[in-house]
Amino acid sequence: MDVITENLDVFAEGMRRTVELSVLSFILAFALGVVLAGLRVSPVPPLRWASATFVELVRNTPLLVLMFIVVFAFPSIGFTWSYFLSAVIVLAAYTATFVGETVRSGINSVSKGQVEAARALGLTFPQVLRLVVMPQALRTVVGPLGGIFIALLKNSGVAVAINVNELTSAAAFLGTETAQFIPAFLGAAAAYLMLTIPSGFATNWLEQKVAIKR
Amino acid sequence: MTAPFLGDALGPRGRRQTRILTVISAVVILGLVVVALMRLADKGQLDEAKWEPFTQWPVQRFFLEGIRTTVEVSLVSMVGAMALATFLALARLARTGALRWATTLFVEFFRGLPLVLLIFFCALGLPAYGVRLSVFWYVAIGLIVYNGCVLGEIFRAGILSLDRGQTEAAYSLGMGYWQAMFLVIIPQAARRMIPAIVSQLVTLLKDSSLGAAVAFEEALRRARINGEFFQNPLQSLFVVAVLYIVVNFALSMLARRLEVRQRRRYKAGAIVVPGAGMDLALMGAQGESAEIADDDTAT
Repeated sequence: MDVITENLDVFAEGMRRTVELSVLSFILAFALGVVLAGLRVSPVPPLRWASATFVELVRNTPLLVLMFIVVFAFPSIGFTWSYFLSAVIVLAAYTATFVGETVRSGINSVSKGQVEAARALGLTFPQVLRLVVMPQALRTVVGPLGGIFIALLKNSGVAVAINVNELTSAAAFLGTETAQFIPAFLGAAAAYLMLTIPSGFATNWLEQKVAIKR
Repeated sequence: MTAPFLGDALGPRGRRQTRILTVISAVVILGLVVVALMRLADKGQLDEAKWEPFTQWPVQRFFLEGIRTTVEVSLVSMVGAMALATFLALARLARTGALRWATTLFVEFFRGLPLVLLIFFCALGLPAYGVRLSVFWYVAIGLIVYNGCVLGEIFRAGILSLDRGQTEAAYSLGMGYWQAMFLVIIPQAARRMIPAIVSQLVTLLKDSSLGAAVAFEEALRRARINGEFFQNPLQSLFVVAVLYIVVNFALSMLARRLEVRQRRRYKAGAIVVPGAGMDLALMGAQGESAEIADDDTAT
């Protein structure tokens, strides 16, 4: 167990990187996901199709394939980004598809009367969506979105395959360095649980706080 | 083109605006596609030389063997995970407190970890402790343990979703615990769980690509090797991505259809387990209302 106590700084560094990856990607994913959901319910067919195509393509491709595409294939068309930035972009795009589908289900759960009332007041499509439907839809999907964030925290580990020094890579490094794999990986496991469990609690708290009480 | 929006038919002005926007957005999207293609052509990525290797049988065989390995490891892991899941679900529902607690701890621990951490531990750590297996099994063990826990929760939720009356009726017919479980409960629960299981298979198939990170020669790893060899990483990764998408899309469609059919037949939502991976979170979300998913999550 000395491996853990003597290398707390390595784990802390890994955790910091994992949090950075996850939080940055989640912010981007949330923004993109809401846009994808909005496009998906728009009355304009090409926008609906574009959104659906993006979601199906990205969601059905393994995360590591997407990372390899950005890291190894994009340079040949002139886009070269750092490993960290590539990981953020991929995690954001991948997660956005799940955010988008979840938000869409939230939109569908908003009652028709709300839309009709808003339309009767003369609001246009973007206004109805932004002012009436989205605020209600987002509240109902706080729980699922929290689940997506936790999944993202775990998915960020895949970045180890493209040399991002996050938690999984910290465990692999320490394990190889000290030849004591069980303590090294248990340390990383504990660190992941220290991130996911509070996220779960935070989600529950937020869910109750924003719940629509009728 | 009177696409209703959020269940409300548009008026004349809305329809006119929609038509205009349809034309504009179609032009913009086409424009983006053209720009992307021009960029590819500009950088020589559409050259025949980059794509020609894929017409050769040795290259095709190389990819097909990769896919076969991917499918093999996925199926082996799926079978292993289902066996583990059955055990875990039954143990978590057992009447012995200690067994219940131990399994709960086991399941929650492994379900909360990234799969890639498990696979790395198996591939790097197990050999150091004298467990020498082929890399196929290191990947498979990681997949089995993780997915076993996830599926275990699905199985448990499926068993719990059955009406209590079923168990009571079985007992009143004189059946014992195991008889009731295997003859009455599990056959019914299994049917309800099929969509969730298929959807988990999609996740597992996608996750098997993590093997590429530990030098396991499945489809993705082979695409990388091919890309290095022919100097066409973009084309190689494109081909393997298309292969994954085709297989996963077909399986996802199957899961969705099974779920719709089941919803009609049993008037019950899909089995949804919190944190079972994003695909499952999604399956619950696809219902008409988010409430169905919430109800099941509570079980």
